[in-house]
Amino acid sequence: MSADFAHRLRRHEDDAAAAARSRALRARIVMALGPATMLAGMIWAVAQPWRLTLLHPHGQGFWWLVVEPPLYVIGVGLLFRLVIAPGAVEDLEREP
Amino acid sequence: MIAGIMPQAEFVHWWFATGFLMLGLVLFSEALVGPEVWGRRPWRKYIWPGLCFVMGILMWPVMTFFTNSAIHMVAHGSWAEFLMFCGAAELGVARGKLHSQYWRLASSLALIVSGTAFLVHEQNHWLFARAAFLHHTLGWTALVFAAFPLMLALRPRSMFAASGFATFFIVLAVLLYCDRDVAPIFGHLSQFAGPQHR
Repeated sequence: MSADFAHRLRRHEDDAAAAARSRALRARIVMALGPATMLAGMIWAVAQPWRLTLLHPHGQGFWWLVVEPPLYVIGVGLLFRLVIAPGAVEDLEREP
Repeated sequence: MIAGIMPQAEFVHWWFATGFLMLGLVLFSEALVGPEVWGRRPWRKYIWPGLCFVMGILMWPVMTFFTNSAIHMVAHGSWAEFLMFCGAAELGVARGKLHSQYWRLASSLALIVSGTAFLVHEQNHWLFARAAFLHHTLGWTALVFAAFPLMLALRPRSMFAASGFATFFIVLAVLLYCDRDVAPIFGHLSQFAGPQHR
């Protein structure tokens, strides 16, 4: 094998390894977006428990019981994690 | 009687915040995986433009039932129009009916108009109340972040521009979640703002 060819082969392998590492990192970030959002919602719920009127429902009106913003944030994170992230990561990992 | 069954304005802001949060996550993941991978499943291409368009439609009842002055109504009407315009342009691109990358300028224009509407319709100073502070912050945020869809129109494959555009929706969601009917901001609440709620 000529030195030039070996050098090019090595560079090609390095590029492929770098691309695989980048894909893996991006896949991990996409999979982490949902849990990170859910964590933000949980931190909000702990920091401002009075925003969760379901915890103290007496005397609350209909809308105050329906509207629970920290749960909305957790719900968005869950929906993203279950419905959108897995397919996106699966397609990313199939990249040649 | 109707006032008794209507949700409060802050609830509507939180519902829209939830929609914008989902938009932000979708756009951020699209930026990370790239447009080619994102487009492998056709339904995925329609999520963000479809959600944007639907939110534009939902903004019309907000304009009708939740505005109490002409300028407030015009501001909400402009957000409704430009959410629909931006969503429609992106739907056209996703469907393949529109081909030019410069349709991305619709998003930039939407942010410029929306930001201007925020700033123009807020008559009070920054520390008048939390709502005034949020309006000023939202307005300037929209104007600054309008640079990202502009960059995307010029460089459609830029991950930096796509991530910046996604970040705008997450910031927008956080700011809208901070909204309260009448609340102080950094300890300031004008005596003209009315009694504090919750």
